[in-house]
Amino acid sequence: MKRINQLLLIVLPAALLFGCPAKPVKQEGVAVEERGAGLEGGVTQGAGGDGTFAGTELDDPSSPLAKRLIYFEFDSSEVRSEFRFTVSAHARYLSQNPEAAVTLEGHADERGSREYNLALGERRANAVRSLLLAEGAASAQIQTVSYGEEKPVADGHDETAWSQNRRVEIVYTRR
Amino acid sequence: MKRILHTLLAAALLALLPRAQAALTIEITGGAEGALPIAIVPFGVEGQGLPPENVSAIVTNNLKRSGRFAPLPEKDLLARPHQGSEVNFRDWRALGSDYLVVGKVRATAGGQYNVQFELFDVFRGARITGYSIPAGAQELRRAAHQISDIIYEKLTGQPGAFNTRIAYVTVSNVAPKQQSYALQVADADGYNPQTILTSKQPLLSPAWSPDGTRLAYLSFENKRAQIYIQEVASGKRELLASFPGLNGAPAWSPDGTRLALTLSKDGNPEIYVMNLASKILERLTSNPAIDTEAAWSPDGQRIVFTSDRGGKPQLYVMPAGGGNAQRITFEGDYNARGRYSPDGKLLAMVHGARGQYRIALLDLETRALRVLTDRTLDESPSFAPNGAMIIYATHDGKKGVLAAVSVDGRVQQRLLLQEGDVREAAWSPFGRRLILQQ
Repeated sequence: MKRINQLLLIVLPAALLFGCPAKPVKQEGVAVEERGAGLEGGVTQGAGGDGTFAGTELDDPSSPLAKRLIYFEFDSSEVRSEFRFTVSAHARYLSQNPEAAVTLEGHADERGSREYNLALGERRANAVRSLLLAEGAASAQIQTVSYGEEKPVADGHDETAWSQNRRVEIVYTRR
Repeated sequence: MKRILHTLLAAALLALLPRAQAALTIEITGGAEGALPIAIVPFGVEGQGLPPENVSAIVTNNLKRSGRFAPLPEKDLLARPHQGSEVNFRDWRALGSDYLVVGKVRATAGGQYNVQFELFDVFRGARITGYSIPAGAQELRRAAHQISDIIYEKLTGQPGAFNTRIAYVTVSNVAPKQQSYALQVADADGYNPQTILTSKQPLLSPAWSPDGTRLAYLSFENKRAQIYIQEVASGKRELLASFPGLNGAPAWSPDGTRLALTLSKDGNPEIYVMNLASKILERLTSNPAIDTEAAWSPDGQRIVFTSDRGGKPQLYVMPAGGGNAQRITFEGDYNARGRYSPDGKLLAMVHGARGQYRIALLDLETRALRVLTDRTLDESPSFAPNGAMIIYATHDGKKGVLAAVSVDGRVQQRLLLQEGDVREAAWSPFGRRLILQQ
């Protein structure tokens, strides 16, 4: 949860900076790095403490769209019920904003083999994609990419880290 | 006496020479018992100009590192013969050395060297073998590896794999959450590391062409996994697979004409074979599950691969042209990345059971599975071309390291990089050989 908040805090100032909602944000790979760098600190002040907010629904920290991470069980690509609401919110946004587009980044934890994890990350991304499509998003709005176990967000070698690394990140490439 | 002084002087000077820093330090972490006692006398130096490499020291280190030999410490050597006529076998019997290696490095014209060595059976008092190897200054390490190979083969009955290389991926943190990846190639003893590719994005799955001249690998440099083939010597490379979806798990056919790979362009990960001349693809699997990590049997007849068609990742074998796949792993809830031994009799794999991921060997005849390693996150096994050792990746604390284990599990080595992580090792085929003269 803390992570999601942090993510949000980073997405927010970027959105404020760009202002125009139609302006494309950066490519997914670069975004991952920059967001990662942001997690190290120094970005939080941009969120502002006074609650004023001047962005689109996508930038609203209280919107379900603010949640962009779906977590998975080990060796599973089943989207658990607790994440269905988040996925539905993004499906709704995509169907209401046909110009918007996302890249779904699939990830795995470090256990087992790297190539199998690459395939697993893709299957996770595809699982989220299927749900988005079923709930009204168009296939042209969705790209998928798998990083397997290559881009962990948590460095540890235990379940605490692994549970954070088994994820799909919803990255808006157009809004 | 004068000769001994000369040798001592040469050895002292050698020690002072600047030498290439090993990127990977290799240490034996287990299993020297049962090693053959052998005496390797520091090679004599003749002619003008000191050789830039200490050939006998390289041989000694190689044999020691293999775990199969226990070289006599240099201080225990009673005599320093450099050729057969100078050997008094009684001395060596007294030291308990079963075998003896003597030799010399002679500088010839034009920066060339001639490396001579002889191997003796101390108890029989007989010469086992001996050669003279002409080598350029840049080839002295290769000559030393080749001598090690010959000794190893004569005394163990199995070809040596010292004259080989290892490809691996290094990862270093250049900034918080920002990594730099490098694909490197080093001699099997860790020397002569060369970076053949660097990237800010992940690199993985290096695979040697059967002739040892090229590496296929995965690179995320374009923000997704694509397969490249690169010439190791020239650095020239080709983007081979960039289909929509996954491009992964490159595996060379034994004749080097085809590459098995995993593509998800038709919906989910399936195994394909690409003809490298025509680039024509042939699809081998057709299953809604994950099919990946193909590896060819050495005779080119079969392909082993990982599939979770049964619910969990397990290994399956199918004819190399596709068709009926048979599951071959039944122990443990996770078996992946199968690799055939060079004789085709064993399969190395990542074996997961009770949350531990280790390297295991399946005997294809008896179907017995042996777990070779004892850590928790072991992965990416790769056989040495002689089938004696398996190199794999593991963790040492927080650091990613490489380790190697003999197929009998007795000899264990750790390959450490001074800084950063090292992973994804692939052992090369046998290297080019220098010409031997009797």
